Amino acid sequence: MSKNIKTPEEMARIKFEPSANGWMDPATEFRPGTWNFTAVPETLEYLDLPNPRKWRPTDDDWQLPENWQEIIHEGLRERLKKYRTLQIFMDICVRCGACADKCHYFIGGGDPKNMPVMRAELLRSVYRNDFTTAGKILGKIGGGRKLTKQVIKEWFYYFMQCTECRRCSVFCPYGIDTAEITMMGRELLNLLGLSIEWINTPLSNCYRTGNHLGIQPHGFADSIEFAVDELEEITGIKVDAPINRKGAEILFVAPSADYFASPHYYTLLGYLLLFHEIGLDYTWSTYASEGGNFGLFHSSDMMKRLNAKIYMEAKRLGVKHIIGGECGHMWRVVHQYMDTMNGPADFLEVPVSPITGTRFDNATSTKMVHISEFTSDLIYHNKLKLDPSRNDHWHTTYHDSCNPARAMGLLDEPRYIINKVCNNFVEMPENTIREQTFCCGSGAGLGTDENMETRLRGGLPRANAVKFVHENNDANILLCMCAIDKATLPPLLEYWVPGVEVGGVHEMVGNALILEGEGKRKTDLRGTPYPGIEDDGEEGDSNV
Amino acid sequence: MGVMFSLLAVVVLILIAVAGTELAGWRDLFGIVIPYAAVVAFVIGVIYRVLKWARSAVPFRIPTTCGQQKTLPWIKSSKLDNPHNLFWVLCRMFLEVFFFRSLFRNTRSVVVEGPRILYSPTKWLWAAGMAFHWSLLIVLIRHCKYFIEPVPSWLVTMQNLDGFFQIGLPIILTTDVVIVASLTFLFLRRVVDQKLRYLSLPADYFPLFLLLGITVSGVFMRYFTKTDLVSIKELAIGLVSFSPVVSSEVGLVFFVHIFLVSVLLAYIPLSKLMHFAGVFMSPTRNLANNNRVRRHINPWNPKVKVHTYEEYEDEYRDLMKAAGLPVDKEE
Repeated sequence: MSKNIKTPEEMARIKFEPSANGWMDPATEFRPGTWNFTAVPETLEYLDLPNPRKWRPTDDDWQLPENWQEIIHEGLRERLKKYRTLQIFMDICVRCGACADKCHYFIGGGDPKNMPVMRAELLRSVYRNDFTTAGKILGKIGGGRKLTKQVIKEWFYYFMQCTECRRCSVFCPYGIDTAEITMMGRELLNLLGLSIEWINTPLSNCYRTGNHLGIQPHGFADSIEFAVDELEEITGIKVDAPINRKGAEILFVAPSADYFASPHYYTLLGYLLLFHEIGLDYTWSTYASEGGNFGLFHSSDMMKRLNAKIYMEAKRLGVKHIIGGECGHMWRVVHQYMDTMNGPADFLEVPVSPITGTRFDNATSTKMVHISEFTSDLIYHNKLKLDPSRNDHWHTTYHDSCNPARAMGLLDEPRYIINKVCNNFVEMPENTIREQTFCCGSGAGLGTDENMETRLRGGLPRANAVKFVHENNDANILLCMCAIDKATLPPLLEYWVPGVEVGGVHEMVGNALILEGEGKRKTDLRGTPYPGIEDDGEEGDSNV
Repeated sequence: MGVMFSLLAVVVLILIAVAGTELAGWRDLFGIVIPYAAVVAFVIGVIYRVLKWARSAVPFRIPTTCGQQKTLPWIKSSKLDNPHNLFWVLCRMFLEVFFFRSLFRNTRSVVVEGPRILYSPTKWLWAAGMAFHWSLLIVLIRHCKYFIEPVPSWLVTMQNLDGFFQIGLPIILTTDVVIVASLTFLFLRRVVDQKLRYLSLPADYFPLFLLLGITVSGVFMRYFTKTDLVSIKELAIGLVSFSPVVSSEVGLVFFVHIFLVSVLLAYIPLSKLMHFAGVFMSPTRNLANNNRVRRHINPWNPKVKVHTYEEYEDEYRDLMKAAGLPVDKEE
């Protein structure tokens, strides 16, 4: 965590001091800790994106293209025609304020422009001024604002303080979805070359190497091989993990952090054990080695460019269908965009579990099944031998990731699995789970070190709910099914509620799963010795 | 500032009606021409706006899911909050439109010492919204009695029910009280709540004052002034049968009332009040979450540049071979 961070006590003194003069005059202060580094020119060039240059948000001159106003106007006009959501959401908000205190950034930060309605008003005021009759006549009194460079700066600041989590949309009487507004706002900003490094670098990495982390094929193979060796050490069993194998029945796609970051890695170990134990005929791919898609945080075109690899690879390898790993925004893309963008997947077959024979009727067109749908079906049909006591050192709670919750409705499958593989599970308070779940505060490409204050503030509602079950129910691990969560929740919890780890659902599955022919396990997948087992001097720390 | 501006605007509108009919004597203008013009503006304006929305594409199917999806047969799905077909979408929309279901979920969050964040259900906005909209609907239906002769018995029954409490003379109608009270509440929360005061625009206060002006002038006519109902009904029936006559018995308050109504009608298509039509067309609510079952077509699905496997293998072939990974081409 970066230095100069406030103490939790200081941070928790949340000031809500809206300016008495209202919000119409744009003024943005780029305080350290609240904004992200900007995209390096090379990444824009690699992806053929406009206006590559070196700049910082604190610069006076952002080096916008000369006709920047025209670009924004044309861009907005085009998107109003292309997206009914944008057109309607610009027109019908009554500013009832129901969304105001639903945003994690507003709750944890108190900045009035982080009320979802205000985030939209930043864009809406320009829309009113330049695109509506009433706005053109009435100007400022009609809520219109001229498009100035200050407005652009404000957009950049606040559209990079929205994680597109859709929580506000649940409460809006018209379903106005700030994620949609932010996506449009970011698309417009991208037309001027205003993007951030933590989005653009993963994008160009993914475009080139197949994954956000920029891992090349041999590096991918090394990672998987390392995991296989590690599993042999823990379980005594050597699992098979085929890569780029043509003719496999199933292509498995996971977020790249699963094979390169911790604690994601333990989830990877869980997948590998599971697939081995059920004898799944599957393959990994180095070309489609990323389930996540930072294109979602950039523009629909980028999303499509990256997502295309999954179907293209499924076709090349000749698989029958696809299973996807534990990732949040990945599943928004797979569930709500993939088939539309890159389908129809008529070269694949309707997914059928080769173990249980269950036909996944909920994926007849996309032909892609979520790992928790697949695994819960296995458990329901008693196809797995499980020993939940191997997770007894964990008192688990479960964080619904925003996208699977509010853009899919994947709520009960993971809970079913957790309850079968763990003996200790407790829910967080009801206003903070399921469709009302709170974002980790770092999604949508905002999980960087430089904006740590914003992240810690935005993550406060989530952390606070964890604290509740930590103090009342001894919860010591927060399970989740999202790679961004697994990367960003650990520092968040360390800050607000020390003593709670973060893990994946399939990590717990891997712990509980009894493999055919395995001996008594001495450690869990993290290498932590089970109580009563003597540490025989072998290396116990499995951090990667 | 927004409050004063909007209040002033409504006061000016009232003065215009007073001056126009009392001083200038343009009774036909205010009784006939302006109401007709307002209705025309309303109808054309609403159609224009709805068509404009309809012309915008729906490239992706993006419902906000507020409950368990339909997946495996043994997992109970939440049909209303996560509808998987048109029938349940219609049910969801019905509850949205008639009972403001999403707003009913509303919570309030407070950060207290600790820090601890507390959430509690809050139904005030929902209740006031329901009270206002339902009263408005009933009041509008009640007004049919001015346009139909003889008044059908169901309308009489309805008005009798509205006056169920039998208080006052003329009997006080529940909806009259409720509509004024709910509008007052909706206004007060905007000025009392710091968040709402910050985000409210003149466009939020103006319709509230306008509606208050309309309802108060209506209430005034019913309870406090002598209003010649015969002449008003004559004008109303004349208006709908395209042979309107403004008799000399029609009073000042009525002109204020009908002028404000005319302004409201003409204002609706230009304003946020279009939410009455927009709520039906919101893609996060009116689409089924059957994304993986039925492919949604994007009418402008663009061709994009992708990085093909061939390009990828060309770049990494040697590394792949060295790592023992299969390749499509040997070189």
